[in-house]
Amino acid sequence: MTSLPASTDKALGLVIDLDTCVGCHACVVNCKEWNTGGYGAPLGDIDPYGAEPVGAWLNRIHTFEVSPDDAPASIVHFPKSCLHCSDAPCVTVCPTGASYKRSDDGIVLVDESMCIGCGLCAWACPYGAREMDPVENVMKKCTLCVDRIYNDNIPEEDRVPACVRTCPAGARHFGDFSDPQSDVSQLVAERGGFDLMPEMGTAPVNKYLPPRPKTKPDSGAERRIEPEAAKADGFLGWLDQALEKLG
Amino acid sequence: MGGDRHDVDLSPHVSDEIRKTTCYMCACRCGINVHLRTGENGQPKIRYIEGNRDHPINKGVLCAKGSAGIMQHYSPARLKKPLLRTGERGRGEFKEIEWEEALSLATDWLGEVRERDPRKLAFFTGRDQSQSLTGWWAQQFGTPNFAAHGGFCSVNMAAGGIYTFGGAFWEFGAPDWDKTELFMIFGVAEDHDSNPIKMGLGKLKARGVKVVGINPVRTGYNAIADEWVGITPGTDGLFILSLVHELVRAGKVDVDYLLRYTNAPWLVIDDEGRADHGLFARNDDGEALVYDRQAKACASYKQVGTSAALKGEVTLPDGRKARPAFERLAEKYCADDYAPDAVSERTGVPAAQIRRLAAEIAEAAFDKEIVVDQPWTDMKGERHERMIGRPVSFHAMRGISAHSNGFQTCRALHLLQILVGSIDCPGGFRFKPPYPRPIDGQPKPHGGSKPSEPLPGPHLGFLRGPEELLLQDDGVTPQRIDKAFSWDAPMSSHGLMHMVISNAHAGDPYPVDVLFMYMANMSWNSSMNSGGVMKMLEAKDDDGNYKIPKIIYSDSYESEMVAYADLVLPDTTYLERHDCISLLDRPISEPEALADSLRWPVVDPATQGEGRDVRGFQSVLLDLGGRLNLPGMVDGDGKHLYKDYADYMVNHQRRPGVGPLAGWRGKDGEKNGRGEPNSDQIQRYIDNGGFFEAHVPEEAQYFKHANKAWTDWAIEMGLQDGPVENVFQLYLEPLRKFQLAAEGHGDRQPPDTHRERIKRCFDPLPIWYPPFEGEGLDEEEFPFHALTQRPAAMYHSWGSQNAWLRQIHGSNPLYVPGAICDQAGLEDGDWAWVTSHHGKIKVPVRRMEAVNGKTMWTWNAIGKRPGAWNLDNDAPEARKGFLLNHLIHELLPPKSDGLRWSNSDPITGQAAWFDLRVKIEKAPPEDHPVSQPQFEPQKDNLKKPADSLAYGHEWEIKT
Repeated sequence: MTSLPASTDKALGLVIDLDTCVGCHACVVNCKEWNTGGYGAPLGDIDPYGAEPVGAWLNRIHTFEVSPDDAPASIVHFPKSCLHCSDAPCVTVCPTGASYKRSDDGIVLVDESMCIGCGLCAWACPYGAREMDPVENVMKKCTLCVDRIYNDNIPEEDRVPACVRTCPAGARHFGDFSDPQSDVSQLVAERGGFDLMPEMGTAPVNKYLPPRPKTKPDSGAERRIEPEAAKADGFLGWLDQALEKLG
Repeated sequence: MGGDRHDVDLSPHVSDEIRKTTCYMCACRCGINVHLRTGENGQPKIRYIEGNRDHPINKGVLCAKGSAGIMQHYSPARLKKPLLRTGERGRGEFKEIEWEEALSLATDWLGEVRERDPRKLAFFTGRDQSQSLTGWWAQQFGTPNFAAHGGFCSVNMAAGGIYTFGGAFWEFGAPDWDKTELFMIFGVAEDHDSNPIKMGLGKLKARGVKVVGINPVRTGYNAIADEWVGITPGTDGLFILSLVHELVRAGKVDVDYLLRYTNAPWLVIDDEGRADHGLFARNDDGEALVYDRQAKACASYKQVGTSAALKGEVTLPDGRKARPAFERLAEKYCADDYAPDAVSERTGVPAAQIRRLAAEIAEAAFDKEIVVDQPWTDMKGERHERMIGRPVSFHAMRGISAHSNGFQTCRALHLLQILVGSIDCPGGFRFKPPYPRPIDGQPKPHGGSKPSEPLPGPHLGFLRGPEELLLQDDGVTPQRIDKAFSWDAPMSSHGLMHMVISNAHAGDPYPVDVLFMYMANMSWNSSMNSGGVMKMLEAKDDDGNYKIPKIIYSDSYESEMVAYADLVLPDTTYLERHDCISLLDRPISEPEALADSLRWPVVDPATQGEGRDVRGFQSVLLDLGGRLNLPGMVDGDGKHLYKDYADYMVNHQRRPGVGPLAGWRGKDGEKNGRGEPNSDQIQRYIDNGGFFEAHVPEEAQYFKHANKAWTDWAIEMGLQDGPVENVFQLYLEPLRKFQLAAEGHGDRQPPDTHRERIKRCFDPLPIWYPPFEGEGLDEEEFPFHALTQRPAAMYHSWGSQNAWLRQIHGSNPLYVPGAICDQAGLEDGDWAWVTSHHGKIKVPVRRMEAVNGKTMWTWNAIGKRPGAWNLDNDAPEARKGFLLNHLIHELLPPKSDGLRWSNSDPITGQAAWFDLRVKIEKAPPEDHPVSQPQFEPQKDNLKKPADSLAYGHEWEIKT
């Protein structure tokens, strides 16, 4: 068993805006290309040009169809990566101490030198956010780009997770949730950000912003342009007045 | 055990060097920072690709494709040496040859054609964006048979826009994301402006601006739209004209805007049955007339200070009658045919929703008017103290254009934009430099062809009437192999690439000797009727010779088309080459800045793979041009003028002082836009991050179509050589000229077979008519629509041989509406036969509800021929993936007239991909179902790829 820190100085994490995510996979692929040459073992791919290509990814997009009774069906794109839970079951289940949560910033990491590839953490994670690397057989997970966010070798403005920097729609935000004034805390407060599956008791740091309500085809059914031009001679009659106004 | 005993390097080395160039994973052309680091073989290797924050297009972001560039660059499908066919066509049997042999052979084949009959070369390019070079090369060669892929992509959108208002969507214009108050997006899965649209949608979401998605399928952009209009395919024009009906009836049009910037007041002659009926009344100088309400007389529309009428019959000085175009327009769209209740069933959109959306458009445009305190002067010399904005904006793409009624539908959308006054105003649609470029600023199409001589002008352009058609001396037979600019498709400004192989195979209008193609997968996903096209490429005459005798093809990868080439010229990847994203072509400007950019070899191909001996196609083309002694490519002694494409990019001048790249011209790089060549130009671009940018002056930011400051700046920057008039053409007279010809007027007469459809479809005001394929068959037998979209992660991209992207989209089910599933007894995971009038395919099925109830769809271009792209023969792309192309014929169903018409828009020739009608039935269960049709594997000439990848393992940061 591995213990969690009683508290962390910061609570770094992501806000993901489900109202804005178009499901383009930019974050998914940029994450892979950054991380395959960085922290820990590469993100391997088995049979990459064959019948059953399978690779390790730290971030995936799931697409759901929602079919309410009183509105047309809609699609929600749902990006999912490690939520860096405050009460992370993947850490406490780890038999070697390889999985741990940093007390500085709350990032959950795997020390690959200690990982025996038993996979217990992946079983314990209710979100399915960890993936065993198919080539190295070591557990991989989102590091919140710990090798970017403090990295003196890259410009300060780029010291954010790769998925945040690359997201074309601006649907991903990075910051410190322990600070109520931070941009991410404010966004969560304004937009009703929510925890993923709070009933699991994991206290995830990452938050999701819900899709805004959609206009239904039949909403405002009475609304139409008030025909100010409703004169006996119709639109062309109105036109005379419009031209008069222009002179 | 706590967390703090672990040692993590928080500041690891990232890369040895960053080289900034331009992405080419799709047509968006973002700026990228390519991080290089030494690989295990001691050569530079790509560590990471990210967006360039300074770049005008993407401002730092990068999509899935761009981020997967590493896998594209190191793809095992990369060709590595020129290939000469040894087996029968289509099998993929080749031997490797040296470049000198390849180029000599190509020169022999092409040289013989040029001396005898240059028409016998058909040179067509695909998704490349170097048309200003390839078109010029073809012009110097002297063949009339050149185009790029616009004809099968979205020419309706381009031609509809340019004919109407001198602009278009794509990279030619954009919504005013920062100011718009309502945004409607029609038929867009993705677009060339891939990242800017996503960035723009993000801005709208952040401001809480409403987004309306009009699309049969509610994925991607439509998934996040605040309102979805799940329209029935091919009916967008009807929906748009119904919005117009509501707006016009209620007087929600910008009358001042219409008078100033459009031909709404121009007088249209009423002279039923005569040769001038429906044309504009003009004065002796050819200037259209308006009726001045104050002077109570006709005047040239150019005259300053008139109060032009928009209605009322006028007697012209010569006694003929005429009425303002606007009166015809108002009558047409106020009619009940376009009332929401009349179009609701056909479009699948409730009438109340149409009425409400029209009200929302009116509210955004008129109640949320924007005033920008920026004085400006219009082209008539009038000073305006401020800029008035109508903040409603639109964007559209292939969903509305890839239909046989697409040109008129695109025009209808532009009509809507113009009626509410929202073209190039604050909050509306904005031109991107070098646009606006109306018809008067565009070339006419050029044909004619003489042995060993160049063509008199560029191939593609915008014609104004029947007199400019490219016909043979009989006045009927097309000059071009694709029949562009003929009676079949008069205003086919981008050509008809989808008809080239079919026509060449049929020898109609004549056979060709050499088919030369670049980056166009015509034997697979880029053709209608792919299986048929494969047979045409394999077909032989009675003497056993191929009907298309010689095929030269250039590609970077072992695509399906490679198997059909006789001679393969291997191209580089996008990180190994020079390219210019030029203002002469399709630049990367944004509304507030003119911009162009380049690619340069950030890595040397020789270091990027074993035995790699490839050359950039554009350099090869210039080499061939030199060997063929093409004018402009050799000096008086026959010496090649350009060493390679880079040399051309710097030293070629299209007009004095104007060349492929606009930045850092002049001897010392002190001039922009115009200036003599600068030998240091490429380095200056590289030093600036690979691009050049010049900001549009504040006074020229809006109303560019009528803005003096814009015109002055555009001339200064070399975008145009003088003022170009741009009056928005709501009433499009060239269409009326074709109708008049069809009615029997004039010297140039269409064949009788064509008269009715020209009369019907070439209405000078936007109309809607049902898509042709549905009309030509029994709609009850084929009750459903079927269409494709490209996924965002692969849009305009080069294939699923990409190890990462194919894990995201490795096969493609057919998404079928729940109601159709229930009717056909289909469940998730079943297989079904889908049948069109032309073919039958077997496909895996996935149930879906968020889709128009009559429409099934799939991801395009996922399916692969076994053996292609160096994928395993059992790859899911080959076994489960499929193409809808097999259902779509390049010809329409036979009709009683005995003719087989091209499956295209009758005006522009745009391929009508989305007119497809189908039926579906459950396939009997099998143990290991595969999609049908299946094809023999093409032989793979490349080294088998590794069984696993651990990319970047040499840089691992130990934990």
